[in-house]
Amino acid sequence: MDIEEVRKVASLARLSLSDAELTIYGEQLTHILGYVKVLDEIDIDGIEPMPHAVELSNVFRKDVRQPSLSPAEALANAPKTDGRFFQVPQILEQKDA
Amino acid sequence: MSFEYHSQSTKSVIEALQSGTLTSRALTEQCLQRIDKLNPKLNAFVSVDIEGALKQADSVDAKRKCGQTVGMLEGIPIGIKDNMCQIGVKTTCGSKMLHNFTPPYDAHVVQKIAASDGVIVGKLNMDEFAMGSSTETSASGITRNPWNTDHSPGGSSGGSAAAVAAGLVPLALGSDTGGSIRQPASFCGVVGLKPTYGRVSRYGLVAFASSLDQIGPVSKDVFGATLLLQAIAGHDPRDSTSVQLEVPNFTAEIGRPLTGLKVGIVDEHYGEGLDADVEDAVRKSIRHLESLGATIKTIELPHAKYSVATYYLIAPSEASSNLARYDGIHYGYRSETFDSNKHGLVDLYRRSRGEGFGPEVKRRIMLGTYALSAGYYDAYYLKALKVRRRIREDYDKAFADVDVIAGPVAPSGAFRLGEKMNDPLAMYLSDIYTISANLAGVPGISIPCGFTSAGLPVGLHFQAPAFQETRLLQAANMLEQATTWHQQAPSI
Repeated sequence: MDIEEVRKVASLARLSLSDAELTIYGEQLTHILGYVKVLDEIDIDGIEPMPHAVELSNVFRKDVRQPSLSPAEALANAPKTDGRFFQVPQILEQKDA
Repeated sequence: MSFEYHSQSTKSVIEALQSGTLTSRALTEQCLQRIDKLNPKLNAFVSVDIEGALKQADSVDAKRKCGQTVGMLEGIPIGIKDNMCQIGVKTTCGSKMLHNFTPPYDAHVVQKIAASDGVIVGKLNMDEFAMGSSTETSASGITRNPWNTDHSPGGSSGGSAAAVAAGLVPLALGSDTGGSIRQPASFCGVVGLKPTYGRVSRYGLVAFASSLDQIGPVSKDVFGATLLLQAIAGHDPRDSTSVQLEVPNFTAEIGRPLTGLKVGIVDEHYGEGLDADVEDAVRKSIRHLESLGATIKTIELPHAKYSVATYYLIAPSEASSNLARYDGIHYGYRSETFDSNKHGLVDLYRRSRGEGFGPEVKRRIMLGTYALSAGYYDAYYLKALKVRRRIREDYDKAFADVDVIAGPVAPSGAFRLGEKMNDPLAMYLSDIYTISANLAGVPGISIPCGFTSAGLPVGLHFQAPAFQETRLLQAANMLEQATTWHQQAPSI
């Protein structure tokens, strides 16, 4: 992986990394990806992927409201809150009037 | 009265509690004293809830005193790995990201322990977000192996295994995604069980890799692990991967002898890379099984050699998705130094995550993000899922011929602290024997079976078909009761 690819992956993963970190991770990831190439030895044609260990699908519950966290409980660990909302930096630009 | 619980079998401790010769309070106080004395050196516990534990112990004693039925955990002190939520108790997952997180709800297993009258004593150290095999990546510091404090206890449930090995608590819970209960159990000379995927609810377990994670017991003996499994197993509608199967009466069944047990061994397990002392201890144990009436049969697991590569694509991919929730907004670490211009939100995410996560976590998130990204998804993640099916099919074929599979847990005894920290791939390869069980979803157990020439414990790995924990525990119990490895303790 070249440094630009690493930078792109870091951006997708929302991780801010220093140039030094980008270089080290790039080397380590290249090494690991080199190792996993061993899977190319196997003919995977026609095999059904196995995303899960247990063959369950579509486990539903009745669409009935159950007790859940109160707003206070939900906000209790928030780094920045006004007591009603999770506070975030500005998302939308102010349009001039 | 000096009932030294830490040199007694779990059965003796339970009997003493049941008969009233030992109160839960007295036992809990002994544990707390031992923790006070030994934990500073070992750092197995990251937090201890003295008040909560004694309160719970007293309530169990009061129940017993007035003739009420006491739950199957009989007031026994238990440690919980720090990735399982407990209301009002900091749950940090060994990470700066969650250094101040206090869950607003209890994990299913925490509720089950309380309902069975277990006494939760504190939270146990772990590799950050359960990513690691040495308990060296925790933001709460390293945990040391009680058998030799210059050595790792293994990981990621290193705190759980070290706590039980050092006799700080009789029982502990860990979690296992690629071997994280079994490998530390092996390194610390205790029993560690990973149940079948779906046997124990993951509700309240902080997710690492959702198709691989399982919670399981750590104990000094098979009976203790069985008892704790009995208490926590069973369907939970809040975990949609939890199976609706009746839980067998494990504790009633483990003493049953397994006449004609067919044990499968895999020749490829004994190749280059396996420590000679480990091979020696494992092979001796298998011969011992034979002398106890088992039949040994050579089987093949042809795709086992691909298991590390398969795992290190699937697990990081799932982790990259599961850890996307840590954004500095809802809980956890929030960076102070983000750029609050029009890209402020994204910069907040990037910096909070960049600063809050340690290197191993970031490495795996990157690996997973890459493996799932457009243009690479088929070549990496999807390919790994297909190989996973072959790995599972290998087990299905093998179990048509044998009842359990036996072999090594880890390629060596506990390595020195710091030894593998500069080579991530070398660290990953130490999971080589345990990882397939998680990929296939089958249960596995590590029991002590000997020592290396350096005096470090060696574990024997048993694996059984899905939902056959009974058979697994019977086989493990049968061997344990014919040996004395489980009665050995570190002199700490």
